[in-house]
Amino acid sequence: MTQVNPVTIWIIIIGLAIGSYLLRFTFIGLVGDRPMPPWLLRHLRYTAVAIIPALIAPLVAWPSATDGEPDLPRMAAAAVALTIGIVTKNVLAAIFTGAATLYGLLYLVG
Amino acid sequence: MASATSKSYFWKGFRDGAPFVFVAVPFGLLFGVFATEAGLNVTQTMAFSATVFAGAAQFTALQLLQDNTPTAIILISALAVNLRVAMYSASLTPYLGKAPLWQRACAAYLIVDQSYACSIVRFEKEPDMSVPQRMVYFVGSVTPITPLWILGTYLGAVLGAQIPESWALDFALPITFLAMIGPMMRTLAHVVAALVAIVVALLTAGVPFNLGLLIAGTMGMVAGAQAELMLERNQP
Repeated sequence: MTQVNPVTIWIIIIGLAIGSYLLRFTFIGLVGDRPMPPWLLRHLRYTAVAIIPALIAPLVAWPSATDGEPDLPRMAAAAVALTIGIVTKNVLAAIFTGAATLYGLLYLVG
Repeated sequence: MASATSKSYFWKGFRDGAPFVFVAVPFGLLFGVFATEAGLNVTQTMAFSATVFAGAAQFTALQLLQDNTPTAIILISALAVNLRVAMYSASLTPYLGKAPLWQRACAAYLIVDQSYACSIVRFEKEPDMSVPQRMVYFVGSVTPITPLWILGTYLGAVLGAQIPESWALDFALPITFLAMIGPMMRTLAHVVAALVAIVVALLTAGVPFNLGLLIAGTMGMVAGAQAELMLERNQP
């Protein structure tokens, strides 16, 4: 277990709590019934689908557990989780098949 | 009479939200485990899940915390992941915007993927619902999820410390996120956004402070929005 500065952690927790609440409240609370510009909505639609793959791609290509060396079990597990997610649209099925691939290959190739 | 119908809409929401328990509990568990691995204690972990109440943003913050990212970048990145709840809030506003302010203030806290997904489907299917009926339905849909998400986090935090390194939990987070990406690929524009974000993220991996994430995320969003415009224009 790593040691992290508790002040940093609390700043992150409180900052995210307030920020997330404001994100949720802004439209339903403040905007009310007024319409919003289409260009804004159009960009908001793609935030999660852009940020999450951007976060994951380097972790898959250069895993920290292997000191950044590309690693067959992790690459394969990533491919399986993504594929099953796309095909079945079922998040849990994708997690379980991805995990099974990771453990299976870690067991086989060590 | 009015309260009787409201009650039935609460239970309708509850029933529609119930299957998501099978998502909330494992996600809560995973978050509790990761938080412990990242060095958070049980109090911090519980405060995180209870106040932020947004799995993907919480996972993002933890991952960046482990990479020694500056606090400001952690906050911006995690909030960027959470921008979609602003989108949900915007999308629910035409249906719930006329409710009293205190109700909207409470409902805002409960806007998550599951409550949004259930509610928007029901509201579109039944356009004659009254605003109070919509509100109780919305609250009903999230009622089975919130307590179990928090309970799952607690169990994960308590059990997490006992999990050995050989379980390769370093990769549980990428797998969890990758699994979430699949169902998001609803249109070609979503695929374009994701692909551009991935390519830019790999190219900017060397940029300090994990700023590559924000650059890649922004480029992905712009690419998705532009792709959507082009696809609309090409429609007959």
